[in-house]
Amino acid sequence: MRRKITKLAAIVLAGSMAMAGLVGCGSKESTQETTNTEAAAGADAAESTQAAESTSDTQATEAEPETQSVSGSVSLAGSTSMEKVCEALMEGFMEKYPDVTVTTEYTGSGAGLESLNAGSVDIGNASRHIKDEEAASGAVENVIALDGIAVIAHKDNTVTDITSEQLAKIYTGEITNWSELGGADAAIVVIGREAGSGTRDAFEELNEIKDNCKYAQELDSTGAVLAKVASNPEAIGYVSLDVVDDTVIAEKLNGVEASEENILNGTYALQRPFVMATKGEVSEQNAVVQTWFDYIKSGEGQEIIQSVGLIIPN
Amino acid sequence: MKKTREKIAGSIFLITAIVAVVSVFAITFYMFLKGAPAIFKVGALPLLFGNVWEPTAANPSYGIAYIILSSVIGTFGAVLIGVPVGLMTAVFLTDITGSSRAGRSLSKWISGAVELLAAIPSVIYGLIGMMVLNPFMYRLEKIIFTGSDTHQFTGGANLISAVIVLAIMILPTVINVSCSSIRAVPQSLRSASLALGASKLQTIFKVVIPAAKSGIMTGVVLGIGRALGEAMAINMVAGGAVNLPLPFNSVRFLTTQLVSEMSYSSGLHRQVLFTVGLVLYIFIMIINFLLTKLKKKGEREDD
Repeated sequence: MRRKITKLAAIVLAGSMAMAGLVGCGSKESTQETTNTEAAAGADAAESTQAAESTSDTQATEAEPETQSVSGSVSLAGSTSMEKVCEALMEGFMEKYPDVTVTTEYTGSGAGLESLNAGSVDIGNASRHIKDEEAASGAVENVIALDGIAVIAHKDNTVTDITSEQLAKIYTGEITNWSELGGADAAIVVIGREAGSGTRDAFEELNEIKDNCKYAQELDSTGAVLAKVASNPEAIGYVSLDVVDDTVIAEKLNGVEASEENILNGTYALQRPFVMATKGEVSEQNAVVQTWFDYIKSGEGQEIIQSVGLIIPN
Repeated sequence: MKKTREKIAGSIFLITAIVAVVSVFAITFYMFLKGAPAIFKVGALPLLFGNVWEPTAANPSYGIAYIILSSVIGTFGAVLIGVPVGLMTAVFLTDITGSSRAGRSLSKWISGAVELLAAIPSVIYGLIGMMVLNPFMYRLEKIIFTGSDTHQFTGGANLISAVIVLAIMILPTVINVSCSSIRAVPQSLRSASLALGASKLQTIFKVVIPAAKSGIMTGVVLGIGRALGEAMAINMVAGGAVNLPLPFNSVRFLTTQLVSEMSYSSGLHRQVLFTVGLVLYIFIMIINFLLTKLKKKGEREDD
């Protein structure tokens, strides 16, 4: 009899453990999105936010009155490509201003600007310049960062300059041999990123070849693309401009070298702005939204933007 | 006093035993919970039998047929190469090396190497595959497909590379399990066969291997399980584009599908990835089911 009771107790205990396990799963479900996006923001982002955290810690004492005075919420919606930078900025911002809640939805650039126009969000994110009709309805473009993509090839490759048109044809499979570009007679090994990658999204969008690409290899990290291109003389790939190193060459595009300078002066084609559009000028917004923009323009904010591989606009 | 202690100890053991059971049920429950919704949203047919994987397109398409096919064919290929090699090695270790001093030390060396092979992390296999196998395959690819208009050059990251890496990875499993089941074949069977005038080779192939059949099959099924579940090494050598699994095509397996796209995916794309996980999970369940069946059959034969 007694033994039975112990057994029963054990089973009940095990059962409650199982429940706990399932509940654990359930709650994880809801937080997973954020944890994963944080993971997606990458190691450098984590580092920089950590750096930002430590700086904000030291500044916390000085900035205390300000910290307390700002409370409320900021809502953003829009570009999926801006997820990485938004998450990193949100993390840093909410660390510094714990009373402010920032929410972001990644619905796409167009949808974000529509929400802004409808007044359901404070800020509409767009990974492109805003269109005339959007500007006409009151949206004001605030470029927070520039995203540049470099087309890379092996160091020994003699083709160092390609046109946008050629690039699009390479990735859609119309050009398959380097000789068609004035190089050696060798097949082009087309390397890209996996579906869902922001770099791939930007690359395909800017070349207007979205969903038409024929990849020979889809790799799941920037480092892997760099390594593959560095080791294969016939490969072509694309990566964020900031990670290009001397193991590969960055192709000139339409004769323009891929550099931060050329992105800033607008001559390099593979770039896009990250816009946080507001209805009316920033100065017309409420205090919380203004604080958000102040934060982005502050040293910390700029550091976060650079840490996710973006370029600070002039 | 002593009795109470015994009972407490007993229940602690029971609880620890239940941890594994609870984990299995929790995982099963979670996989179905997360993997099933996408099946209804996309539809079972377009999901499982569609061959266009464009999860981020304006008109997204979530067909994973090629991915399932790649996993199945890749595993099958690995078994096709790995099992004969593994079985021969096992026979060599048990019946060929003999009991001479040289034979024993050779057998010891080989078993040591096999054990070492089992201990090597899969990422190392992937690295070697990337550094050695892929360039070699690329050279082969260039020779075979020169002048071909339809073939897309992959730089050597293809199905064959994945199959070869997998075949090597399942070797230790196949060798070890086969070895022990061949060793368990009674010596008297061998003696009887030899006494009847059968040659050594005839004895091995007609008597020893058939007698050890169920154990060898267990090794094969375990090998299949290992090959099916491998992610890291394949991710590094297979190229990762979703294609029809032809030998020189860059392919994507069920496992690598999860590994490569999980981090940036969102919404339905993410849910479909969970479904991919569910499909993989069901495959592994089937393999395990076969394994228990085989083991039972083996036990019955032993009786």
